Amino acid sequence: MFVLIVGVGRVGAAVAKYALSSGHEVSVMDEDPLSHERLDAGQATTWEDAGGQFTVGTALELDALREAGIERADVFIASTDGDNTNLIIAQIAQRQFGVEKVMARVMDPARAAWYREQGLHTISPAQEAIGMFVGALQVHAGAA
Amino acid sequence: MYAVVIGGGKVGLSLTRELTSKGHEVTLVESRRSRYLSIEGELQHSVQYGDGTELWVLERAGIQRADLVIAVTGDDEDNMLVCQVARDKYRCDHIIARVNNPRNYSHFKLLGIQPVVSATDLILRLIEHEVPRYGLVHLLALEEEGLEIIELEVSAESPAAGRSLSEITMPDGSLFISVLRHGSGFVPKADSVIQAGDRVLLVLEPGLEETIIAYLAPENTHAPA
Repeated sequence: MFVLIVGVGRVGAAVAKYALSSGHEVSVMDEDPLSHERLDAGQATTWEDAGGQFTVGTALELDALREAGIERADVFIASTDGDNTNLIIAQIAQRQFGVEKVMARVMDPARAAWYREQGLHTISPAQEAIGMFVGALQVHAGAA
Repeated sequence: MYAVVIGGGKVGLSLTRELTSKGHEVTLVESRRSRYLSIEGELQHSVQYGDGTELWVLERAGIQRADLVIAVTGDDEDNMLVCQVARDKYRCDHIIARVNNPRNYSHFKLLGIQPVVSATDLILRLIEHEVPRYGLVHLLALEEEGLEIIELEVSAESPAAGRSLSEITMPDGSLFISVLRHGSGFVPKADSVIQAGDRVLLVLEPGLEETIIAYLAPENTHAPA
């Protein structure tokens, strides 16, 4: 499986490393060349030596997306730090490049929910955190 | 009419002033606190502070009853998102988006967001208009309606030069709407004679540009677009 991840922050880098170690082909893209360090941190070899691909480019640049391999991607993950950027590039991956599985990180639970209703697979870290806090509160209240 | 404007920069502020002075009700949404504070004194309750890409901020601004939503922030992704949500979630009839980077134009198109306004495009069209011998000038594209208005100089080689409109057979889906000659324009009638050097305005259906250029300015046929 070929996985393309745009946005190499904490989330993007961790998912990229996991996917590579699981035997998938992984290409990552970020506008900041220094984000590469996240991929090497704590690893025995560099990202490239481990078989990963890294492209510098901004998410809306079609040339950069093509260079990163979007045309043959089976999975596209939008994990930049911008909710709106992720929502837009996820739709570009879906509609223009026909990527089979597209996922977007959307911090804002409201936007994540509405776009999920429209058929986009959104993942909201904030919504996850809210659920965990609320769950923990309920457990604590039940125990107290 | 009720308009919601997202982005309180120079463009958004000027639009809000203009629409308000024409008697329309307008709410401007600005996300930078310092900018909000500097325009609040003038606009008062017509400006709201908040991120206009957050749904609750849009709802607070009354997007549900807006006739028109105008997204003019400096960020193309934000403008695309606002327009998509306005149209698909809040069923707003009219949206207008600003394109900051002309390279992003195709993304707006992919998401079906139009009309869009790009300062770069507008200046390029002015250059086309101001610099003669540039061939065909696109004056207006009505993409949804499938029509465009173009301007073109009639060359001496054109079979139309020296003939009246009634003697000229134009392709179906094209129509002369005015003739610019010696610095003034007129709407031609059947007996109006088209002269070489006239700049003519035509309304066209899509796909007719090449045919029209070949007919009215044949020497430009092989020129690069």
